[in-house]
Amino acid sequence: MTAPHDPPTAAQLTEAVREWLENHVMPNVSGAMQFHARVAANVLAMVEREIEFGPAQQQRHLAGLHELGCADDAELARRIRSGELDNGRGGVRDDVEAFIFESVVDKLRVANPKYLR
Amino acid sequence: MPDSADTVLRETLSDVLHGAGVAGGVSSLTRLTGGASRETWHFIVGGEPFILQRQRPGTPRDMHVEVAVLEAAYAAGVPVAEVVTSSRGMETNPLGEPFMVVRAVEGETIARKILRDDTFGSARPQLAAQIGRAMAQIHRIDHASIDGLEGEDQVAKYVQLMDESGQAHPAFEIAFRWLEANRPAPRDWCLVHGDFRLGNVIVGNDGLRAVLDWELAHVGNPAEDLGWMCVRAWRFGGSKPVAGVGDYEQLLNAYEAESGVRIEERELRWWELLGTVKWGLMCISQSAYHLNGVVRSHELAAIGRRVCENEYDALMTIRELSAGAR
Repeated sequence: MTAPHDPPTAAQLTEAVREWLENHVMPNVSGAMQFHARVAANVLAMVEREIEFGPAQQQRHLAGLHELGCADDAELARRIRSGELDNGRGGVRDDVEAFIFESVVDKLRVANPKYLR
Repeated sequence: MPDSADTVLRETLSDVLHGAGVAGGVSSLTRLTGGASRETWHFIVGGEPFILQRQRPGTPRDMHVEVAVLEAAYAAGVPVAEVVTSSRGMETNPLGEPFMVVRAVEGETIARKILRDDTFGSARPQLAAQIGRAMAQIHRIDHASIDGLEGEDQVAKYVQLMDESGQAHPAFEIAFRWLEANRPAPRDWCLVHGDFRLGNVIVGNDGLRAVLDWELAHVGNPAEDLGWMCVRAWRFGGSKPVAGVGDYEQLLNAYEAESGVRIEERELRWWELLGTVKWGLMCISQSAYHLNGVVRSHELAAIGRRVCENEYDALMTIRELSAGAR
């Protein structure tokens, strides 16, 4: 799957570094260094999730943009700004809102899944 | 061991304070972590603690506006640190860059501790009402007497910042459409703190002791301060909207009791939504410091991935407010 590269995978390598930060660095430092080590471990966990979920999320996102007739997020943003996608009641169309909401939820599933309510 | 630059600062500062009627000589001068625009020092004179803030060279905004605002706030009875002396109005500034010295206020600024430590157990239930009262006190200050305060339409301001970021965020575009279509009736503009939130307040076991960080003070709609306070980021994981510990009603009732002005929850939440978008755009700016090579920092880089927290909150808020309107 990751050919020509040998094991470990990118995700496994990232995981190994994160575990080293969590199990060997963080317990042995304090204050600002511990905070920055925690930030680093969180960033690596995010990268692991992006490696796992990213490809399927990207396919879904591109398919959704295509359904709305937009090439990318920039075009979608422009068309919302121009009022082209309004629902006539001071908001955007339900299908547009639903697609964007799902994309945002996908982003959070990678960036910070605990944030979801 | 203090180096010679510190010794010079200590001696100069002692002279400046002596001139301001605070005699005794500066001791225990310690550099605290400061922001990008200024350095902060803690020191003792005659057993009393003081704070020095000195602007860094090349900082765009002049600290002297903030000094004038802080002095007006102190005179109006707002819980703030008392300015002992500053370079505002000085013909020659012995410290080089603009500075101010305030009396240190004892208490905690770290949000996590204020929300969770037992020490603040009796402070938490009072906090929302104390914040509402302090905001009302700020908003009745005569802003016309303070030179250099700016005022602009906040939606237009952040639409412009969105465009300058070079990024596309459809969720924020939805928010901008909604904000434009649902603008509350205008109010008379007043002095707005601009960054009144958990993290920028000193809290003791008796509650709110001082409002800090007046750098972003401007002229605008009073409800802007109330909405910004309630942005989810400033709840720091707390379950309630006001600083994580209070309800909208507590804040709005205390504000009304002090000011005679009733702001309804729906209007506050319009400003909370604007504040959510604003913090999202500030996250973009912070990660850009790293991406543009201004500072290399994994912490700043990672903030770019917090933008979607604000997209999520913005869309959730619009859903709630749209359902409530039907």
